[in-house]
Amino acid sequence: MSLIDLANPSRFLKFADRVLPWLGGVTVIALAFGLNQAMGAPDDYQQGATVKIMFLHVPSAWLGMLAWGIMSIAALGTLVWRHPLADVAAKAAAPIGAAFTLLCLITGSLWGRPEWGTYWVWDARLTSELVLFLLYLGVIALWRTVEDPSRAARAAAILTLVGAVDLPIIKFSVDWWNTLHQGESVFRFGGSTIYPTILVPLLVMAVAFTLLFVTLHVAAMRNEILRRRVRTLRLMQAQATN
Amino acid sequence: MTPLGALLIRDMRLAVRVGGGALIGVLFFLVVVTLVPFAIGPDLALLKRIGPAVLWLAALLANLLALDRLFAVDQEDGSLDLLLMSRAPLELVVAVKGLAHWLTTGLPLVVAAPLIGLLLNLDGAAQAGLVLTLLVGTPALTFIGLIGAAIAVALRRGGLLLAVLVLPLTVPVLIFGVAAANAVLVGAAPFATPFTVLCALSLASLVIGPFAAAAALRQEIE
Repeated sequence: MSLIDLANPSRFLKFADRVLPWLGGVTVIALAFGLNQAMGAPDDYQQGATVKIMFLHVPSAWLGMLAWGIMSIAALGTLVWRHPLADVAAKAAAPIGAAFTLLCLITGSLWGRPEWGTYWVWDARLTSELVLFLLYLGVIALWRTVEDPSRAARAAAILTLVGAVDLPIIKFSVDWWNTLHQGESVFRFGGSTIYPTILVPLLVMAVAFTLLFVTLHVAAMRNEILRRRVRTLRLMQAQATN
Repeated sequence: MTPLGALLIRDMRLAVRVGGGALIGVLFFLVVVTLVPFAIGPDLALLKRIGPAVLWLAALLANLLALDRLFAVDQEDGSLDLLLMSRAPLELVVAVKGLAHWLTTGLPLVVAAPLIGLLLNLDGAAQAGLVLTLLVGTPALTFIGLIGAAIAVALRRGGLLLAVLVLPLTVPVLIFGVAAANAVLVGAAPFATPFTVLCALSLASLVIGPFAAAAALRQEIE
């Protein structure tokens, strides 16, 4: 089954119905395993138990950026290849990505209060992440203001591609500026600087969050297709009664 | 005269004549700056400290509000269709419209800035730094705003939606513009670093803006 086969919405619905229970099951198992590992991880010698917030914070940050990346690829699908499901994928990913970004901001500020002594600072990493959240809200607002989905799709696609400029800024903000937020410690030259007892649960949680995202995304895409069918049926019904 | 040159002159004429609204931007700029002392009190030391930030913010808003109708007017009288059908590349047409818009609304803001800066107790060097940063930074605001204006006209929406879509994208311009202007005022940080980044942002938006705006306008013909 290739990407082209799934372009047919009916085939995609069948595919979604088949994979969703499995995806959901695997996600639950992965999340349970990851959370258990995170709880079992030792406390940090400086941060104490607050280090455990990181197991939610870091994967949410990654997923918030990954969702925009997927939206950007879908935007190319809308503008260049005219893939019929691309705009469905883009629209479905936006609220999920916004939720992960918000989760990242909230967990980050809960961690910042005891460790930095403040819920919020205007450093480059936090600001660029907040801008990402605002961009998500802007795209969602755009989808909600325009009734015709195909019209909204292309405008949202252009905006998504322009907004993708923010992704490298977030990624490299800790290298380019002297931020209060700590520098890159997982993916860096010379290997990770995190001790394995903390790094392994973190990576497990990242996999679990990714599975959660995929599950939610496929389900949201299915709902969006059904919603569009309902809309078309209602339009036909309204025309028939006239 | 080349078609693009003719378009530049047409747009500038329309903007400055009756029915255009080029100078309303400057008026808005003045009104916003006048409101600030009412809101925070007439403390001249404080006003001087936040002066560059206030002027940058006012310039950003003035630029944004003026952009709302950039393509909408052309759409209403049908000239947008002619522009879309012309043999000149749409990206260049959009870039020329952006240039005309900057010359008639962005540049007057830059010229008015020293005068309005007096109201906020800004003196010689701070004034010069502010004008220089506005001169280099306002094109970025215009060309980022072009994208929003094009999306707005393609969707026949404007106003608040345009602001919500465009303002997050202008955050870097605001950060580096104010940082450079403040560097002159306070003198603690170097001026050149944020200033060159501001130049880079303007150049990048000069490239990205017209392409994205043209892509949005092309939906009009589909």
